[in-house]
Amino acid sequence: MTMEHVPTPSQTAGPYLHIGLTNTHSITQIAAPGILGERVRLKCRVVDVEGAPLHDAMIEIWQADANGHYNHPDDVRASETDSRFYGFGRAATDESGACEFETIRPGNVPAPDNSSQAPHLNVAIFARGILLQLHTRIYFAGDPANDSDPVLALVPADRRDTLMARADPKHPGSWWFDIHLRGDQETVFFDV
Amino acid sequence: MSKVANERSVIHPYHRHPAGSQPPRVYEQYRSTPPRNPSKPLIFLPHTLSEITGPVYGHDPIGETDNDLTRQHATAPLGERIIVTGRVLDDNGRPVPNTLIEIWQANAAGRYQHHRDQHPAPLDPNFSGAGRTLTDENGNYRFISIKPGAYPWFNHYNAWRPAHIHFSVFGRAFLSRLITQMYFPGDPLFAHDPVYQSVPDEKARQRMIAKFDLETTQPQWALGFRFDIVLRGPDATPFE
Ligand SMILES: [Fe+2]
Repeated sequence: MTMEHVPTPSQTAGPYLHIGLTNTHSITQIAAPGILGERVRLKCRVVDVEGAPLHDAMIEIWQADANGHYNHPDDVRASETDSRFYGFGRAATDESGACEFETIRPGNVPAPDNSSQAPHLNVAIFARGILLQLHTRIYFAGDPANDSDPVLALVPADRRDTLMARADPKHPGSWWFDIHLRGDQETVFFDV
Repeated sequence: MSKVANERSVIHPYHRHPAGSQPPRVYEQYRSTPPRNPSKPLIFLPHTLSEITGPVYGHDPIGETDNDLTRQHATAPLGERIIVTGRVLDDNGRPVPNTLIEIWQANAAGRYQHHRDQHPAPLDPNFSGAGRTLTDENGNYRFISIKPGAYPWFNHYNAWRPAHIHFSVFGRAFLSRLITQMYFPGDPLFAHDPVYQSVPDEKARQRMIAKFDLETTQPQWALGFRFDIVLRGPDATPFE
């Protein structure tokens, strides 16, 4: 970093982010039908310290494909990615604080030291009252790879649950992920 | 910091934000921040492929009037016509080409085209207030719009936001994603605005203020402003 090139400060997206970001440019289908991978219908919900839903938040998701490849030039395996799969989604939350994505379960992603990361989605949360986006991750409860994931290993064991999407027993392929911005059930957020 | 080899990709960690250059999570004077931000410390995450990659543009095409907010309706919107232009660079000073910039703003009266905005100022049927463009190969971008008005909000008694344009920029990595606000020089509301004041370092705050630019200004047509944006960049000097 140079002295004259310090990153521009972040500011809240405010309550009207829909005008510029989601009214005409939300992406709720991260993976179109036919993209390789186990189909996932993911329902996210965002609540504040009182458990009150945020009806003015935006969630962005960035993820790898079913083989754990990111569609990005810095992933040297990107050329093996189905070009129809970008891996990016974003949606505004509704009155109940919820939004829904249609995607696939990503594969294991490489980690330093030739280890590997369990399937996960990278999440950024924007809203009125959030001056700098919050970063978290969504893992899949019950995935055996979670036990050896190097990022989950950084999280105190009693808080790892907050990073797990839960399968909906009534609807196979549907998963829930609750984001508690603050409070007793506070979700783990990362300093990236 | 050193580069870390994995299976096949090489990971250059990105620079962390210098102290004081970004707003805190909780800024008491901005009353919506305490209930909507964590009380527990964030977990420090060494960068992996997941953080240093991010969405590359290509989802949907840019329309011909997407970067000209004065030409999206039958007639021109009311207000002072402005040109906002600048460069997107990373913190190594390198241009960020071909990246998506999205903006949204209030109209000249300080009213957003949004069902939740109840400010009793007129809507302008000729102004939607949304724009998007891509940076060129040198990181340059350009919008034409009208100067937004200041508007009141409910944060505290007699609270008014200085005129601003919301900017959203992607950059090369998910961690370089930036949403900010561009302000106009000399606004008397800066001193009273907790959103602007939330950034601790004064020099950092001033980086959110566009500069009036006579060279960008077009005679008999529009005032010109320059607003350069700096995104987080990778550690450019890996050692072996
Ligand atoms: Fe605003």
